[in-house]
Amino acid sequence: MHNLNAIFIIWKREMLRWWRDKARIIGSLAFPLVFLLVFGSGLSGAMGSLVQPPGGATVPGGIEVDFKQFIFPGIVAMNVFFSAIFSGISVVFDREFGILKEVLVAPINRGSVALGKTLGGASVATIQGTLVFILAPLAGIHFEPLLFVKLWPVMFLGAFAMTSMGVAIASRMKTTEGFQVVNQFITFPMIFLSGAFFPLRDLPAWMDVIVKLNPASYAVDPLRRLVLESQNLPPFVMERLADFGLGLEIGGQQLSVWHDLVIVVAFGMVMNGVAMYLFSRRD
Amino acid sequence: MSTQTHPITTAIAPTEREAIIRVEGLTKKFGDFTAVDHIDFEVYRGELFGFLGPNGAGKTTTISMLVTLSEPTEGHATVAGHDVAREQDAVRHAIGIVFQEPSLDENLTARENLEFHAVLYNMSKAEREKRIPEVLEMVQLVDRADDLVERFSGGMKRRLEIARGLLHTPKVLFLDEPTIGLDPQTRRHIWDYIDALRQREDITIFLTTHYMDEAEFADRIAIMDHGKIVALDTPDGLKRQVGGDVITVRTPDMERDADRIEQQFGVKVQRYKDELRFEVENGETFIPRFVREFPGTITAISLRRPTLDDVFLKLTGRTIRDAELDAEDITRNRMRRRMRMRRH
Repeated sequence: MHNLNAIFIIWKREMLRWWRDKARIIGSLAFPLVFLLVFGSGLSGAMGSLVQPPGGATVPGGIEVDFKQFIFPGIVAMNVFFSAIFSGISVVFDREFGILKEVLVAPINRGSVALGKTLGGASVATIQGTLVFILAPLAGIHFEPLLFVKLWPVMFLGAFAMTSMGVAIASRMKTTEGFQVVNQFITFPMIFLSGAFFPLRDLPAWMDVIVKLNPASYAVDPLRRLVLESQNLPPFVMERLADFGLGLEIGGQQLSVWHDLVIVVAFGMVMNGVAMYLFSRRD
Repeated sequence: MSTQTHPITTAIAPTEREAIIRVEGLTKKFGDFTAVDHIDFEVYRGELFGFLGPNGAGKTTTISMLVTLSEPTEGHATVAGHDVAREQDAVRHAIGIVFQEPSLDENLTARENLEFHAVLYNMSKAEREKRIPEVLEMVQLVDRADDLVERFSGGMKRRLEIARGLLHTPKVLFLDEPTIGLDPQTRRHIWDYIDALRQREDITIFLTTHYMDEAEFADRIAIMDHGKIVALDTPDGLKRQVGGDVITVRTPDMERDADRIEQQFGVKVQRYKDELRFEVENGETFIPRFVREFPGTITAISLRRPTLDDVFLKLTGRTIRDAELDAEDITRNRMRRRMRMRRH
């Protein structure tokens, strides 16, 4: 009970800090907006529809899925990942500003500290992802608020995995100097090679392998599927998403949301275990 | 644990007082470097116990081990009857800590910082609601309770940290350099709060400092240097080791005069920078005799009661200030070496 309360108060602290940092909230919407306008609008015209009906027939009424619509869930995922990894790594800031010491010397299990931090980071990231949906009309996405019932667990589980990874990395980092290195060598490659920004079709073999080994891919995939599902697309699209590069397949088998989530949860649990273990070691 | 007494804690008869901290052979090594070297001491319930020594003497490392943040390499320590290595949670419940570096969340209000702490220390809602206003009142921050800590001055932050350290009514409060980086006036205020606190609560305070004048407030002081305790006694007891009064003399030829003074007056002369220092039993009567009988020229002479710095000088051959300059040199050299290695 004591440890549960501790996890709760550490979670609450993350929420309070996020809520008070209005600059972060607004700033985090700027990046998605730029991506959507520059990449989305810029490339949509050139790429046309990403899906074609079988037999070379034209789509009655025009484009089915354009690049903006395609990239929108990717941008949501990007915002979730950035926020999640940042929250995880913020353990280093806690260390630098001394707050971590106060927590580590309290009579609570250190695993609880890591878990509270991860749950807080994942909650913040989920909210940040949700905020991106303000931009949905700009992407030509129509969605019903009820969709969030499905989107939230998906975003949260992805965010949980990424925050855990961030905490695990940060638990052995002594200074904030390493922060940029982590971003450049881990965060960016993971996001760019997750299928968030380009259709996963006709990729070079090596890239196809990396995308499939990248845990982030399995967090992007269900998000995109749920968003596309709500766009009233004809069955020939939804059944063969992978053929158009809009979904992941392994061994010719298109993955369902459940397949994806099993992989994401497994990765998240391993990372959280690592984070809790690294956190529990004393000097 | 056996009830053996340690030779070092003879200042106050140990049998009469209850030891709340017991340390035996406590040692911490970092690689080849021994930061704390087989120290023994006891702290009695209700006392204000001071650790005095230059930066880098091993004070903070000792505290880290006592508060369970760092594992001893060798030796044992118990706090409030609990072993610091084996019963961490029990020790943690029994202690409050004010760290040397700030450790507040500046994006939270004073009250939120305290609530955060209270929950981590398993205080019930009723206890929290009673105790938070109490400690805020003690450090006179009641009217600032709901302000963000980032708007606090350095002294206010320190006071809030002291309040936080006391929140869960610990048996022992650790204060690691509680006034470091504060201006003299704020330092005095902090000490007023510590005084008031000792009168209000049944608490033992373990303090580290490198300020002589602060160490004077302690009931007993352990002087630490190079990871070892070189003396442990009451401030008066320590000063008595110096014996009587301290006389400082300046002469044109210090080399020759040091010997002359030693021979003629039977005292042990210490040369420190551009002056000669020695101790005599009764300074007031000694000075006229000295001036009359000393064959050489005297440029300046002064008399004062011994300070803790004199004690440190006598025990280690250097003043605390010197020791700190040495420590800085060592760090600087280490940095330089590291930079050079990085370049190659």
